[in-house]
Amino acid sequence: MGINFRQETFRDDYTFRNSPEFVRRFPFPFHEDAYMYAVNIEPHVQGPKGTVFENLIDVDEHYVSEMRDRAIVLAEDPLRCQSLPHMTLAGWDLLELLMTEKANSYPDHFSLTREGDRWRWINRPLGIDDTFTFGDLSTLPYGPMEYITRQSQGDFCILDQRDGNLWMDAGMVTTQADWSLDFDIGMNFFEWHAPVPLAHEKGIFTRALKFLTNIQQGKPARRLNWTMTINPRLDTSPENYHKWGTDRATVTPENVGDKVHLRVELQSFWRLPRSNALVFPIRCYLIKMDELVTVSKWARRFHRVLRDLPIELAEYKGLTRYRPTVIEWLSKYDDGAPTSPGFAPD
Amino acid sequence: MSAGTTKLNVTVTDVVTVNELVKRFHFERTDGGDLPTFSGGAHVVVEMRDGDKSRLNPYSLMSSPHNTRDYTISVRRDDSGRGGSLFMHNRVKRGMEMVISYPVNLFSLDLRAKKHLLVAGGIGITPFMAQTAQLAGEGGNFELHYTCRTPALGTYADVLRDRYGKRVNVYYDDANERLPLERLLTSQPLGTHLYVCGPAGMIRWVRETAAAHGWPDETVHYEHFAAPQPGLPFDVTLALSKKQIHVGEEQSLLEAMEAAGIDPPYLCRGGVCGQCETNVVSYDGTFRHNDHWLTEAEHCSGKKIMPCVSRFEGKSLVLER
Repeated sequence: MGINFRQETFRDDYTFRNSPEFVRRFPFPFHEDAYMYAVNIEPHVQGPKGTVFENLIDVDEHYVSEMRDRAIVLAEDPLRCQSLPHMTLAGWDLLELLMTEKANSYPDHFSLTREGDRWRWINRPLGIDDTFTFGDLSTLPYGPMEYITRQSQGDFCILDQRDGNLWMDAGMVTTQADWSLDFDIGMNFFEWHAPVPLAHEKGIFTRALKFLTNIQQGKPARRLNWTMTINPRLDTSPENYHKWGTDRATVTPENVGDKVHLRVELQSFWRLPRSNALVFPIRCYLIKMDELVTVSKWARRFHRVLRDLPIELAEYKGLTRYRPTVIEWLSKYDDGAPTSPGFAPD
Repeated sequence: MSAGTTKLNVTVTDVVTVNELVKRFHFERTDGGDLPTFSGGAHVVVEMRDGDKSRLNPYSLMSSPHNTRDYTISVRRDDSGRGGSLFMHNRVKRGMEMVISYPVNLFSLDLRAKKHLLVAGGIGITPFMAQTAQLAGEGGNFELHYTCRTPALGTYADVLRDRYGKRVNVYYDDANERLPLERLLTSQPLGTHLYVCGPAGMIRWVRETAAAHGWPDETVHYEHFAAPQPGLPFDVTLALSKKQIHVGEEQSLLEAMEAAGIDPPYLCRGGVCGQCETNVVSYDGTFRHNDHWLTEAEHCSGKKIMPCVSRFEGKSLVLER
């Protein structure tokens, strides 16, 4: 079944929006009316049709436009894509994973033909038809990680595993919630999570690391994370803070519905076979408040979550300035009725 | 969610006698598909169903990581062991269907290394068979030093020499040849990583010598699978599942739990990965700790046990399982 790829922008005139059926498949991250950290990790297995878990690597209506936005970011700042010298093998692993998953899940849009090391990759939405030799850098226009992640929605962090820790040694990061690959490159798991409040004291990172280092081939895992973004901007990076930081002062009761977005990250965790590295695809989904409130359960629940969020978390996520305005706006959609457990719309 | 691995249904496609102690086993997927790619140093856990007994032993993959048609392992016969290797030697025949785990790598190459210095003793050569294949394929810089008892027991020494020529150095005990460890460890270029796999005494010797010569811990890697040792039988109370179990002489505590329907997570079954770590509720007796996971302080504390390799002697043991 073909996807109808939207032509839209994530900057300047911000024409991004979700079609009604894509609103329903949004990965709403709150299973109850309150939010606190938890190591909310579950097996990354296929979920029901009509959800973002239908395929393990999700491609949606924003694909073509997101890839165009990524190319703009990279042209302005090539350091958004970095791979330390020992990570090339992991890049090939990632290329194989993404090509295989896409070709299996979306045969109308992608196809992969393998004859030994001679591979032919067809990406119809982006008009790509390349034949190359797996493992031979000279046969691709970019390194393997950059090549395939210029064709894959979401950010990708490839983590080397050694000395009982994980090291951020390669990545493609252009749709991030205010963190920088160029700053974090080469850091270990505790170092790059150092700014997160409350979670260290709860021992969350020690447990999470123990879990992640034991992830095995063929058994990926996932979790959801969330924040909020003003305007549907994918590139909310520290490098470009001067371009988007001030947007947070532009929220008024009149423009909340169109301007304020819930931003959800679907993070999945995969062991890579040749390199024994881990890859974390971090896929960003945006939904406007106007779109969110079309699902009444989500409107009620998000109002309650935002209202009761601990102040440290609100500050860390950068919500402080506009939170009261958004809570006030959402309160119109919360009649106090109880909500059903679980993520799904009623 | 517990960690763990997916299982693979495989068929034994060949059993080859390598020498008087070692046999090699070839596995292909029973459904004819490709096996998962793996990285050099990975092992699989082989499930052996022997009547009502079941044993699950880890073995290093020794085939090339790029070969997804078949996996090969080599098993050294241990006449005084719990019978896993004897089962493999005497009972496993071509055409048999078996279950193995997905590959797990707890002895990975550090791909930052400018040079890989590999030291093997005896059957500890097997992970290096796969690692050298991987490194050679990528143009990696390595040097292998391999000690064995006699030329007749020098498993794969000839194969390795043929493949890699002067990069392979073999030392035979019966010819009184000694691995020149001190010289090796004091003459490596910066950026070299050291890997050792072999008997426990050898691993200790190599690690201590490396430490004495200033090698940083992060550059010294070792594979330390302790096969579970047989021992006196003992009884255990599992507090959470409210079960009493008996651990037989040739059974591990982990296997006894599994036989009782309790499935603690595991990856290595050799006392190194930490997955099956179990809290002790109370005990009256003496632990026989055989693992490389818990610290010495934890061994002395009487609060934890690794049921894959460790045992107990005494009046009573209650575990949080």
